[in-house]
Amino acid sequence: MSQGSMAQTAPTPVAVSYNMDVVRWGALATIFWGVVGFLAGDLIAWQLAFPALNFDIEYLNFGRLRPLHTSAVIFAFGGNALIATSFYVVQRTCRASLYGGKALPAFVFWGYQLFIVMAALGYVLGITQGREYAEPEWFVDIWLTVVWVAYLAIFVGTLLKRQEPHIYVANWFYLAFIVTIAMLHLGNNLAIPVSFMGAKSYSMFSGVQDALTQWWYGHNAVGFFLTAGFLGMMYYFIPKRAERPVYSYRLSIIHFWALIFLYIWAGPHHLHYTALPDWAQTLGMTFSIMLWMPSWGGMINGLMTLSGAWDKLRTDPVLRFMVAAVGFYGMSTFEGPVMSIKAVNGLSHYTDWTIGHVHSGALGWVAFVTFGAIYFLIPVLWHRERLYSMRLVSHHFWLATIGIVLYITSMWVSGIMQGLMWRAYDDLGFLQYSFIETVEAMHPYYIIRATGGLLFLLGSLIMVWNVYKTIKGDLRREAPIGTPATVAAE
Amino acid sequence: MSTHVEKDQVSGRETTGHEWDGIKELNTPLPSWWVYVFWACCVWSVGYWVVYPSWPSASGYLHGMFETTNRTQLHETMANVAAERAPYMERLAALDLDGIVDDGELLNFSMAGGKAIFAENCAPCHGTGGSGNPGFPSLQDDDWLWGGALDAINETIHVGVRWDANEDTRFNDMPAFGRDEILERQDISDVVQYVMAFTGRETDKAAASRGTEIFADNCSSCHGEDAKGVHELGAPNLTDAIWLYGGDLSTITETVTNSRRGVMPAWGDRLDEETIKMLAVYVHSLGGGQ
Repeated sequence: MSQGSMAQTAPTPVAVSYNMDVVRWGALATIFWGVVGFLAGDLIAWQLAFPALNFDIEYLNFGRLRPLHTSAVIFAFGGNALIATSFYVVQRTCRASLYGGKALPAFVFWGYQLFIVMAALGYVLGITQGREYAEPEWFVDIWLTVVWVAYLAIFVGTLLKRQEPHIYVANWFYLAFIVTIAMLHLGNNLAIPVSFMGAKSYSMFSGVQDALTQWWYGHNAVGFFLTAGFLGMMYYFIPKRAERPVYSYRLSIIHFWALIFLYIWAGPHHLHYTALPDWAQTLGMTFSIMLWMPSWGGMINGLMTLSGAWDKLRTDPVLRFMVAAVGFYGMSTFEGPVMSIKAVNGLSHYTDWTIGHVHSGALGWVAFVTFGAIYFLIPVLWHRERLYSMRLVSHHFWLATIGIVLYITSMWVSGIMQGLMWRAYDDLGFLQYSFIETVEAMHPYYIIRATGGLLFLLGSLIMVWNVYKTIKGDLRREAPIGTPATVAAE
Repeated sequence: MSTHVEKDQVSGRETTGHEWDGIKELNTPLPSWWVYVFWACCVWSVGYWVVYPSWPSASGYLHGMFETTNRTQLHETMANVAAERAPYMERLAALDLDGIVDDGELLNFSMAGGKAIFAENCAPCHGTGGSGNPGFPSLQDDDWLWGGALDAINETIHVGVRWDANEDTRFNDMPAFGRDEILERQDISDVVQYVMAFTGRETDKAAASRGTEIFADNCSSCHGEDAKGVHELGAPNLTDAIWLYGGDLSTITETVTNSRRGVMPAWGDRLDEETIKMLAVYVHSLGGGQ
């Protein structure tokens, strides 16, 4: 028997005609934008270590490629993964085809790709609002709003025509993600264009109100895009792949509502020790602390769902991706509340520690659970017996894991060192290091980080090959995982 | 789908009876440690709200028992530092530079402070530790443009170099001999040969000898008959191996043709007297103080 048993995901006997076209496109777009985003990220990582790699070309400098990288991985890679899997999951768990026929989902898919291309062109050409993770200018924002409303209509419409009595937990999380992102997008992008024919606009807010609006948006983009949305993914694909029931229905309800209620308050922890009033800093910090257990509810439900199926980790690298993702999720949702504590934040803020934290979430959690879902979906969507090669999945897993470990450990060391050097005083209160000395000290860690990123990128290229061969219909002759590689497959 | 509760063989728990695309859910209660830690975080947060500034109200916000804010903390820290430094600062203000250097304790204080202030304000141009960069003089050698005595260094830091906003600024202006057509191209080439000969380099003897007169007519009034430079005018010594912009043929030709016009801010407009004294002592100590 092949390790990735697809028995229960074979074409369903139920007489519902699912719309899988848009899911197939979304899966491919996820992989494509993933590689683009990882490539851009690794290039700017090398630029930090060796500034000559900016090549003195305005279109390639760090300042323009950095938002290209963050948007490519969050919105292009992550966004396509969420749209594709949400369309798959909502159909399967509602036993209903997508609302809006063929046309509306196709509009959402292609409209979203147009948004990505417009945003990316803007970054490279220097057209930006200068708001982190919300860089696209007003005309791109309006276009995304249209696309997003159509997405919401499809999702809610499909839920309404479901043939199941209840709505599955994965769909709660997907819906929370879609609704909240709509609200955040509209709130943070309130701006007045300078002219109808020009790209430039100015925010409706100013000063500290503007900063708080930005980080209300910025933190909840993490909370509802990268956490809630991907928890929806986790709640479908882990029980499905492990072939085990979800550990606790009650925990899923409680942690869902606690997460939704608490997350929205946590943004001010990005503005500790700034002009933001102290009371708002306090609330941001304490709500982040209270958010710890609600975040971990998802980890507990993910990991404990494997009770009775832990042995599958030995033989199924796809499940291994998903479970490692939940592990990284647990680690970064603990690290987050710790870093929100003002005393810790005083050391960590503005250092590489933050970058490391973000990447243990983005590479470890978001990308890993997405890789797991992609490897699950590709054979199902193209009606293949199994993936081309499980061993290649395993190679991808180990390359990417070593890459992440290099990345986050080097950023921990470099970030904490940087923070300590900035605050090093002698007993008369004189600073011990100049800024440039801290930059020089970080150089070796920048090289380690960029090397880790390179391994992660290489792993994703293995995935591209594996997916291509699977869709082509090839099956690699190989011994099952967990047996010596030299033993011929039966 | 029908509601059908069943018992899970592995955990012994019952399912909720729901099923979606083959996925079922167990009716496991909340893990008690999860509940306890969650409540502990909530209780801790409420405690924090009581102690520190928290919830806003119509008339302001809850100030908290400690009445402490970022601002009060910052002011306290800065006041502590100022109080610790006060005895030194008073003596720094009272003594002249030689007096500071002769007082061992004050010298140590100035060196510690000067190093930090230098790293923050001066190192971006003059390099870490004053090692210099092309166009920005090294402060570690004994070759000084405007003088290397304590008072001269102190004055230069105060008024800057070619800093238009300060009327006492150190100022000189070497002519752009080529650009302004003061000298012919051939004359420049000759005088450069002559200048390069000072530092013992292989030169075109005929050209260098033609350059002798050109130097005497055009350069010696600032750089001196012996080309050893004049501090009062900020004119560099041309007979040593130290070059501000570079001592090779093409760089010297460029300098003579287009001149140079380096600028340093007048730090007296930004830093207080005591701080500049500390800086002067520190820079004087870097290796070339006179």
